[in-house]
Amino acid sequence: MTGNGVIHMKFSTFWYNVGQGLKNIWRNKLFSLASIATMSACIFLFGVFYALGVNFTEMVHSAEEGVAVIVYFNPGVTQEQMDAVGEEIGKRAEVASYDFITAEEAWESFKKDYFEGREEMAEGFANDNPLANSAHYEIYLNDVSMQQTLVDYLEGLEGVREVHQSELAAKTLSDFNSLIGYIFVGVIIILIAVAVFLINNTVTVGISVRKEEIAIMKLIGAKDNFVRAPFIVEGVFIGLIGSIIPLALLFFLYQAIVNYVAERFQFIGNLVSFIPVTDVFVVLIPVSLLLGVGIGYIGSRMTLKKHLKV
Amino acid sequence: MIQLEHVSKTYQQGVPALNDVNIKIEQGEFVFVMGKSGSGKSTLIKLLLKELEPTEGEITINGQNLSAVTHKNIPYFRRNIGVVFQNFRLLQDRNVYENVAFAMKVVEASTKEIKRKVPLMLSLVGLAAKYKSLPRQLSGGEQQRVAIARALVNEPKILLADEPTGNLDNTNAWEIMHLLEEINERGTTVVVVTHNSEIVRKMDKRVITIKKGVVVHDGKWGDTHEV
Repeated sequence: MTGNGVIHMKFSTFWYNVGQGLKNIWRNKLFSLASIATMSACIFLFGVFYALGVNFTEMVHSAEEGVAVIVYFNPGVTQEQMDAVGEEIGKRAEVASYDFITAEEAWESFKKDYFEGREEMAEGFANDNPLANSAHYEIYLNDVSMQQTLVDYLEGLEGVREVHQSELAAKTLSDFNSLIGYIFVGVIIILIAVAVFLINNTVTVGISVRKEEIAIMKLIGAKDNFVRAPFIVEGVFIGLIGSIIPLALLFFLYQAIVNYVAERFQFIGNLVSFIPVTDVFVVLIPVSLLLGVGIGYIGSRMTLKKHLKV
Repeated sequence: MIQLEHVSKTYQQGVPALNDVNIKIEQGEFVFVMGKSGSGKSTLIKLLLKELEPTEGEITINGQNLSAVTHKNIPYFRRNIGVVFQNFRLLQDRNVYENVAFAMKVVEASTKEIKRKVPLMLSLVGLAAKYKSLPRQLSGGEQQRVAIARALVNEPKILLADEPTGNLDNTNAWEIMHLLEEINERGTTVVVVTHNSEIVRKMDKRVITIKKGVVVHDGKWGDTHEV
């Protein structure tokens, strides 16, 4: 047989098995539907958790950016020394941004906050800045969990008098972030287990329905993979359909919710900004498809190993 | 060629299903294997198809020692043996053509080859006109013809028929036997396991009789034959 003949043969076998796998789904409609529905529910919940998770993480990150570490200097430290410290701060990886606030700016800001409407009370300090030694750096972090490391480093620098930090805020945000992560992973593990169990059931029913056909195939001389292939196709297709349906649903739902919130609750819009639908789905689509197909494949493989001694 | 040398098979219960069986069947022979139920016929078929392993002894088929056939190579080994069953074992949801084509699909034959060979095989068994019929629309004899076509379409050297006439009336049974004879005349070794002594006697072929796992007769049907 020619090389082309071999390739042709493989292709026809491949398509035959795809056809048989699809027929399995059709013959076994009720169980297939139940599996697709469960898989859809799993992927849907996964998508909901993912969308919530990324939006929440983003919000936590925005909140983290609002937590500042403040560095004060000893009296008599020159501007050059403070600039040198500023340069060191800028080199740190955990630092997102930093601002230098002069003593004058600090006093102006203080006056604005505490003497608004009673400016005459502050006039007595016109030539004698009570915050003369309060020039400082406000440092914003990429990741609040790194706050203590930065504070330890800053406290070791020459000329630094005091480092202010909000330990509670940092710890709360950091813990909250971890909690979201744990819940996300926990839910996903449970959902995957349920989906694998259902695919298992469907393929087991498929095998028992086709028991006679499998027995004949084996007697005629079918290779192990040929007997298994339609069931793998069945599992993979259930996974695929069970991913596409919830993805489409989630796509429209996410857009609708974002638009609804933006229109109806404009005040939330100032506090919370949703991640654009394309940014969420550029990750969610491949991950969900992989998850669905993977669960289908693994579920059917496990069942075949258990119930199909070829 | 089929050769069994000192073959014994004992199941877990301890009773030997076959005991020191020695059989040699040459290429192109037509042989009946006779015996009552429980005599060891089914065990013999399972051993020949390598569904079971002998407890003792060696089986050689087409020059291949079965103990040397690995699990991976069992499918390739089985492609040399066509099998026909008493209850036909056709796929009820597929028509005559598809049932025969199925055997070729299973061995990964090309579509072109399937389209060429299936009609030829259906003509051979006299069912070309009924290629679209479902098994339930056929008589028992016709269903067995489809099963024979399926067993032969991959051109095996050996055809193993397990009680092929067991579910058929006399007329249909004889039609099937004549078909098997015709297939044998084309060069295929035919082994028919049966308990129909009338057919065996009239066909006048070699008969191997098994009783309680032991070969008690091997030769032409004669006055001394006992079953």
